[in-house]
Amino acid sequence: MEHNQPLRFFNRGPSPAVRLVFFALLSLLLLFVDVRYRYLESIRSGLSVLVYPLQRLVTAPSNLWHEVDAFFVSHNSLIRDNAELRHQHTLDVAQLLQLEVLKTENQHLRNLLMVQRRADYPIQLAEIMYVERDIFNRKILLDKGTQANVLAGQIVMDDSGIVGQVTRVYPWMSEVTLITDKDHAVPVQVLRNGLRSVVFGSGDTGELALRYMPISSDIQNGDVLVTSGIDGTYPPGLPVAKVIHVERDPAYPFARILCAPIAGVDKRRQLLILSALVKLPERPEVAVETATDKPKSGRRGSR
Amino acid sequence: MRDHIQKDQEFQLPVSRFFIAASLFVALMLDWLPWQGIWLVFRPDFVALVLLYWCTHKPYHVGISIAWAVGILADVADASLFGQHALAYSVLAFSGIVLHRRVLMFNLHQQTLQIFPLLLLAYAIYAAVHWQLRGNIAWEYFIGSVVSALLWGPLTILLQALRRPRDASDQL
Repeated sequence: MEHNQPLRFFNRGPSPAVRLVFFALLSLLLLFVDVRYRYLESIRSGLSVLVYPLQRLVTAPSNLWHEVDAFFVSHNSLIRDNAELRHQHTLDVAQLLQLEVLKTENQHLRNLLMVQRRADYPIQLAEIMYVERDIFNRKILLDKGTQANVLAGQIVMDDSGIVGQVTRVYPWMSEVTLITDKDHAVPVQVLRNGLRSVVFGSGDTGELALRYMPISSDIQNGDVLVTSGIDGTYPPGLPVAKVIHVERDPAYPFARILCAPIAGVDKRRQLLILSALVKLPERPEVAVETATDKPKSGRRGSR
Repeated sequence: MRDHIQKDQEFQLPVSRFFIAASLFVALMLDWLPWQGIWLVFRPDFVALVLLYWCTHKPYHVGISIAWAVGILADVADASLFGQHALAYSVLAFSGIVLHRRVLMFNLHQQTLQIFPLLLLAYAIYAAVHWQLRGNIAWEYFIGSVVSALLWGPLTILLQALRRPRDASDQL
């Protein structure tokens, strides 16, 4: 190592090793503070204001490509789409009429039963600005932020089901953790028989895992999982995933159950943000038996 | 910090600070392109490459402090933990500075083999931090280090070519 050092005719400040130690310690300190406490969120959102225009600039070419692509859609396909949509629309309107009737009827019945009424959720349309380039995280950035009243913890879905949850909000964009993220859990219920469970992301696109289900539990291929709404974060009854593989190996205490997300978690450009957070009454202090149903309320406190 | 910068070796091309800043800026932009799917796996880390280039070719212009600052910017844009990129880039810059004479002795092909372990180290640090804090590791992440190392030759040629005509116009 001796001959690698330059001759010190001039004072060049501290040596590289000293600087490395300084900056490494600084990084580790930042890491620690970022993981443990949430003091750095304001700095992060401040810097993101700086970074935001550049990110827009970089994504501009691909956006332009999409727009040009959309512009040159042929006449025929437009006509076809239009006819299809009209057809779908008439069907939907008919169903919507029925829904209105059912809704009032349901409300009425709920009133009779003195059950708390279900809320209607205001919905906001947002566009994916870009997908996270970090291979470890399943996250996307949407183009609505605190300026559009997006709050952390709100639910993001597309037309077919749950996509994820807003975990960080910047002034003009928000970061969404997809349900396929390794750290993410959604409390669900099997639509067929009402069995409650929690579905975890596996870090893979297009795969979720239903863990800690006993071998004897009544789950079949093709079962649809919907949100149970027990955590107070996800509104109840939204489709999440479909069971694609059930493996019951008596050597293990739990069955190995894989699911595929119903929503196009990786496919859409436009997504919906459910704007209302459900407010549940405070949980009583001693509630041990429901521990399995409430793993993380929105993963905020658990990180 | 680097208050007095001399031309350390007369046969090396001179360089303006503006050019260094511009190259790092372009590298950041390239990293921020909307990479998706299979392309994300093969995404080279342009920032790490350009940092390593400057640390080996101009160790007194670009140091660990700059690497760290660039790392913080990358952390914000990637929504990774604060200091994750910064730590990896600091170590990368340090190893580049310490080994710069050794790396420059070789020709481009051999240089690629020389810098590959350095890039691998930076990637490993990033992955290790993630593994310690989040508990999972994605092995395909390391493919990026191979792709980055393969890009070392083209990048060096490109930057050298860009530096040559500039010195006449920029240095007044």
